[in-house]
Amino acid sequence: MIDFQITKKLHLAVGDMNLNLDIQIREKEFVTFYGPSGSGKTTTLRILSGLTQPDKGFIKVNNEVWLDTENKINVSVQQRKIGYVFQDYALFPNMSIKENLVFALEKGQEKGIINELLEIMDFEKLQHLKPEKLSGGQKQRVALARALVRKPKILFLDEPFSSLDTEMRIKLQDYIIEAHRKYDLTTILVSHDISEVYKMSDRVIVLENGCVSKQGSPAAVFSNRLVSGKFQFVGEVLTIEKENIVYIVSVLIGNNVVQVIAMEEEAAALKVGGSVLVCMSSNRFELS
Amino acid sequence: MVDLEPFYLTIKLALITTIILFVVGLPFSYWLSHSKIKFKSVIEAIVSLPLVLPPSVLGFYLLLAFSPQNVFGKFLDQYFDTRLVFTFPGLIIASVIYSFPFMVHPLQAGFKSLPASLSEASYTLGKSKIETIIRVLIPNMKASVLTGIVLSFAHTIGEFGVVLMIGGSIPNETRVVSIAIYDEVQAMNYHTANVYAGILFAFSFVVLLSVYIVNHNFSKAHPWR
Repeated sequence: MIDFQITKKLHLAVGDMNLNLDIQIREKEFVTFYGPSGSGKTTTLRILSGLTQPDKGFIKVNNEVWLDTENKINVSVQQRKIGYVFQDYALFPNMSIKENLVFALEKGQEKGIINELLEIMDFEKLQHLKPEKLSGGQKQRVALARALVRKPKILFLDEPFSSLDTEMRIKLQDYIIEAHRKYDLTTILVSHDISEVYKMSDRVIVLENGCVSKQGSPAAVFSNRLVSGKFQFVGEVLTIEKENIVYIVSVLIGNNVVQVIAMEEEAAALKVGGSVLVCMSSNRFELS
Repeated sequence: MVDLEPFYLTIKLALITTIILFVVGLPFSYWLSHSKIKFKSVIEAIVSLPLVLPPSVLGFYLLLAFSPQNVFGKFLDQYFDTRLVFTFPGLIIASVIYSFPFMVHPLQAGFKSLPASLSEASYTLGKSKIETIIRVLIPNMKASVLTGIVLSFAHTIGEFGVVLMIGGSIPNETRVVSIAIYDEVQAMNYHTANVYAGILFAFSFVVLLSVYIVNHNFSKAHPWR
């Protein structure tokens, strides 16, 4: 159980912003911080891990106090024993895949975990390669494996998929879900990709301007947004099929295929391979 | 027969100076590249002074400071029985000050070139600052470390003004090659001066050439550095 309440004044390019959060996270929960860039997601992750200091607040993890600004308690990042996966991988270029993992071992820790992780992440053959020889997806997998070496109870993922293509993303998402279950992790993900949030998280916490604007299961949070009418996607038209008097249009949005009913005049304006805006209005999807 | 003693003295001076500079310069440049204190610009300016000042100016003030007639020199003389004017230890201290920017600048640039996430990743893996510097940062800025070491070494070898001011020309004590060349020319021994100068010329070229070759290979292997 993570219980934290923090405030911090952030100086962003667009102006000052107050980060002000009071959040509880259950053990073994998979939580995503979702929101536009500059909403304080990454800063929150950095504060929880101990890389950044808040102005005021406390962080309690399983009745252990990690931070309490009033009583001047601040457990260092080294001692918080967490796993952290960075957006830019942050692999050590001077070490091979295996050496990157071995580096993470604690004094006197069993070395068995190294081979176990190399096997789970499919690195048995590549383990002696240096990071520069790897693709983006492989690098991020090494970073994930390295973050798990110390067997942390909490895993922080800071937009780990942002520089990967769709196929790599899906693969890495599966690795993360597997690790989350296998090692009984409490996982906190920062993301601004709805498909990712849907697929992975138990709960999504939407941050806007440094505050929680909404939270709940991905379905509850995002379907609310649909009704509000603000929600729209750009997709690619895959097929247009005539069915009785209407047309069924299959649209690829992110990595999901959505089927939308269209009238004849709407369908006439679309062509396969073209892009289309799918939005919701008065409880019905519209294509334009 | 040409006396090779000045070469021995020069290389000894350059080696000791470089070792001291590396040991002192490494933590100092790490601190300088990460610190956010108010007077950082002042400190950076002081570190860079030897690049701009005529060596005779630096030598003159060091001479005053080290002189047993003055406070600092008197203090050393009375409590440590040490004299820094016209002695080899004095040359070492002067050289360390004189070549300081040549060690600090490359190292500072090296530390700055590494992404912050590299050290942060190491901290999240439970490693201390010192362990991170030794095992993660330094191995990933080899080119900067090499540049710092070689430039300090080469610059110390090329010293003249500072050495002349506070070392003079005492054979086997402070008479390094650059001074020896000057003396030989004064004494009209052009042949000896030529041999000294030629060796120094070739040596400096080879040192710099190898740095450029090695650095070129480093940057080919790691384009982002």
